[in-house]
Amino acid sequence: MLRDEDRIFTNLYGQQPWGLTGAQARGDWDGTRALLVKGRDWIIDEVKDSGLRGRGGAGFPTGLKWSFMPKDSGGRPHYLVVNADEGEPGTCKDRDIIRHEPHKLVEGCLLAGFAMGAHACYIYIRGEFHAEANVLEAAIQEAYDAKLLGPDACGSGWAYDIYVHRGAGAYICGEEMALIESLEGKKGQPRLKPPFPANMGVWGCPTTVNNVESIAVAPTILRRGASWFAGLGRPKNTGTKVFCISGHVEHPCNVEEEMGIPLRELIEKHAGGVRGGWKNLKAIIPGGSSVPCLPSTICDDVLMDFDSLSAVKSGLGTAAVIVMDQSTDIIAAIARLSKFYMHESCGQCTPCREGTGWMSRVMDRLVEGKAHVDEIDLLLEVAGQVEGHTICALGDAAAWPIQGLVRHFRSEIEARILDHQKSAAGARAA
Amino acid sequence: MNVAAPADIVQPDSFEFSAENLAEAKKIIARYPEGRQASAIMPLFDMAQRQSGWLPRAAIIRVADMLGVAHIRAYEVATFYTMYNLAPVGEHLVQVCTTTPCWLRGSADIVSACEKHLGIKTGQTTPDGKVTLREVECLGACVNAPLMQVGDDYYEDLDPASTVKILEDLQAGRKPKPGPQTGRQTSAPAPGLTTLKGTA
Repeated sequence: MLRDEDRIFTNLYGQQPWGLTGAQARGDWDGTRALLVKGRDWIIDEVKDSGLRGRGGAGFPTGLKWSFMPKDSGGRPHYLVVNADEGEPGTCKDRDIIRHEPHKLVEGCLLAGFAMGAHACYIYIRGEFHAEANVLEAAIQEAYDAKLLGPDACGSGWAYDIYVHRGAGAYICGEEMALIESLEGKKGQPRLKPPFPANMGVWGCPTTVNNVESIAVAPTILRRGASWFAGLGRPKNTGTKVFCISGHVEHPCNVEEEMGIPLRELIEKHAGGVRGGWKNLKAIIPGGSSVPCLPSTICDDVLMDFDSLSAVKSGLGTAAVIVMDQSTDIIAAIARLSKFYMHESCGQCTPCREGTGWMSRVMDRLVEGKAHVDEIDLLLEVAGQVEGHTICALGDAAAWPIQGLVRHFRSEIEARILDHQKSAAGARAA
Repeated sequence: MNVAAPADIVQPDSFEFSAENLAEAKKIIARYPEGRQASAIMPLFDMAQRQSGWLPRAAIIRVADMLGVAHIRAYEVATFYTMYNLAPVGEHLVQVCTTTPCWLRGSADIVSACEKHLGIKTGQTTPDGKVTLREVECLGACVNAPLMQVGDDYYEDLDPASTVKILEDLQAGRKPKPGPQTGRQTSAPAPGLTTLKGTA
């Protein structure tokens, strides 16, 4: 188990004050100027060497992403945009970082933005996080008042401003190109890539979009060194991670743990175990609603990191662990996710706009068993036609939970169809 | 996606920001680079909605004109995001999350408790105009499920009894305390910490 000394978010649960004084007592803003003085390349190399992979779901190496920002942009300003539009079902880690550790994020914005040649940063936070956005704005103001931000941030000579932009209820704006469109004042429909944001992002300028957690861990990595972070976890899956454990566990919670912790250990050490014991486990969605579910046999010994979960055809995603015990109607659980994706499809690409609705309607029939067994293959075929055929990954995200369900619980779907056929036949006979 | 305003809504003829809000709007617009003031459309819609209680057509047009945005582009934004209320809502907007993590923890019982106590169905407003009840997609507080949002506040770790208590408080003009309703510390394991024990 991760030692407390190696935890980054020591105020994850908000037992201490979030303000600047409390944050500085926890080590935030300590020697920030000295880190800036070491220069852009040093910061990017250190983050590269730490092995940090993006914490928003895709797991792209953060330092590498930062290095994509051009050195010379012919006078166009550079922007750092922080994705705080947390809305992947199961996920609620950024909320805790923002409301209890806002200064880790604010300091990270300065260091990351400086490393990419940006003088301005926009934090796009979901509109529902009203109280959290208020805390964040207050923390930013504290940093300005203490001259940690502003025309001469931390006395480094680098001008840096941070602005908060509040969303208004659209899951799709967590997709980086939709987020950029939304920040420009439009409806949040993703743009086709290329051009990639590092060349043409917000307002046509070089932009990097990073998740809250990726940015908030950066100051601690830079202070304690790349080798410290890289020494935690497993090769290519380094460091610590905030996990969200929801659903049928005794004590749902967030917790910061080491990457690569066994799934079972994570749940039993921190969440009090599966309701009714490990034997009562039916399935787990290990990385937020978009990744395929895993049956209990795989959950027994799988490790919680990008590569281990991808090896079992699922994913770490946002590390949001949704636990379902034996009492769960798993077809209904996944059907509810299909309804979610139908609701959240932005409507731009036909396969997703039509496909999410079609899949949701078929899933609703499967819940009741009102279908033919061969419709399961038809559903898979349509899911495969949505997957990979849309501008953004929402189409994939709608297909994967269904594919995972059929892969592991096909017999249950078939049994329900046969049950329904029998009871319908019985009703006709009676 | 949001739905367009029902055709039978009585729309006010005009909308003006209060002097205080107008001053605040100038500050908001200044957050964005020169020539990019269209970016302020979302915060200004939010401000208009807080002033009016909902987002009437006249406010959409007023904001569009302030920012030099074509009216149709402003309508696109107003109808895209679910938090803009294009028709009046009750004094308290109660939104129960029913996405899978909340559903696994009993959100269906929370919806039923609300419907039964308020005597309305999801999507309706009580006859006295006090409470509008809605289902909402993932609110992003899943380890504190089930939960609901009332106005700006989250009420977490609900059961039917605590849900009814919150509704009774709202109806009586009291403000219930947001956050977990079980006395639990935010997102920490309920019986006590498993980490960071020395920092409490």
